[in-house]
Amino acid sequence: MRFFRQVWVVAAKDLRAEFRTKEAINASFAFALVILLMFSFAFDLPVETTREISGGLLWIVFAFAGTLVLNRSFARELPNDCLDALIAAPISGAALFLGKALANYVLVLAVELVSLPVFSIFNNVSVTAQFWELMLVLALGTWGLTVIGTIFSALTVNIRLREVMLPMLTYPILVPALMGAMQLTSALVAGKPIGADNEAWLKMLIGFDVVYTAVSLVLVETVLVG
Amino acid sequence: MSAVAVEGIWKFYGDYPALRDVRLTADSGACLALIGRNGAGKTTLLRIVGGFSRAQRGAIKIFGTEPRETETRRRVGFIGHGISVYDELSALENLILFGKLYGLKNPRKSALEWLERTGLERVRNGLVREFSRGMRQRLAVARAFLHEPSVLLLDEPFTALDDRAIAVLQTLLRAALAEGKTIIMSTHQLREALELASHVALLVRGQVAFHGPCTPEMAADPGLVYARYGEG
Repeated sequence: MRFFRQVWVVAAKDLRAEFRTKEAINASFAFALVILLMFSFAFDLPVETTREISGGLLWIVFAFAGTLVLNRSFARELPNDCLDALIAAPISGAALFLGKALANYVLVLAVELVSLPVFSIFNNVSVTAQFWELMLVLALGTWGLTVIGTIFSALTVNIRLREVMLPMLTYPILVPALMGAMQLTSALVAGKPIGADNEAWLKMLIGFDVVYTAVSLVLVETVLVG
Repeated sequence: MSAVAVEGIWKFYGDYPALRDVRLTADSGACLALIGRNGAGKTTLLRIVGGFSRAQRGAIKIFGTEPRETETRRRVGFIGHGISVYDELSALENLILFGKLYGLKNPRKSALEWLERTGLERVRNGLVREFSRGMRQRLAVARAFLHEPSVLLLDEPFTALDDRAIAVLQTLLRAALAEGKTIIMSTHQLREALELASHVALLVRGQVAFHGPCTPEMAADPGLVYARYGEG
């Protein structure tokens, strides 16, 4: 119980700080909305084509907008050397990591849940045909993005060019998860439920989340302290 | 058993040995002033003792346990170069946050007590980013003392403090020593440090050049240790 309480304390602190400053969430919202609006005005595609590419478009936006949130995750601890105080506190690296990942997850998911209706309205494409399955894919894909982004945010926190390094390190590793999420999202937006032909992508997405969460929990203490 | 035992620590930055076979001890109730020129390895040593960084060779024992063990961290308080409190949170929120992280039974009560002891009770709900430098430093002191640590690690604790914050810190440190707590502080401000210190260790290029009791003549002439054991 103490572990989960510590996770919640770290997550609540990050969310409270972010809601007060809005430094990451505002940039992330603005980026996602601008890209989605530009796309809808730049291309006059038939609805069928838009449905086919919806997974790709949405997850590219989510990945880039998400990086803006994830970049701030550990960088937020740098002013005043707050990271030292967290490392010195008697909490495990795993609790610290999970707390930060949870806060990032909430923020990235919020950006996605606003982006989805914007995409739907401006491209005249309904996203409600397989709504709950789409939410499941969103939840799994976002957790993968968040876990990888949070651990690399910890790894790059003391690097001068961390804003550049984070996407360079995370995107190659995220490719399998993004591919799965894109395939499933396109199918679900087109109204096709998850079935035998794309079930493997869902399993891969779940496997990706489980494996990288476990690896991150094991490695985070070494990443933070050396 | 010593409260803090540093046993043959080596730390390299690349090929450069920042610490070379450092051996020190500090007993309960002792105040060890860690002195040395810039780059001598004082901060590196304190960071390893505090568990922020690992040594390549050697061992640190705090009451017989490793610095990274959870129980050890519960017994250590640290004031580093930064104040280690969040600008976006209020003074009270900051202390409650750390109270919860340290598993205090009543974090709010402890936070309010320490805000009063450091003279910040009237601004307890003010955001830290609106605080003056002195107020921020006093809050950093409150954060370090909040969980009643047995060992205090202080890196340049008097640097950039205003008179009131220096007075608050010295009072708290004297009280801590009277309660049998152990203090290790790195400092360039010898006069303030040697007033409190029971022992002195001089680091020269990552090595211990002198480690012994702080004598009355050292306290009277802070440059004496450098003149006798340093590089002039």
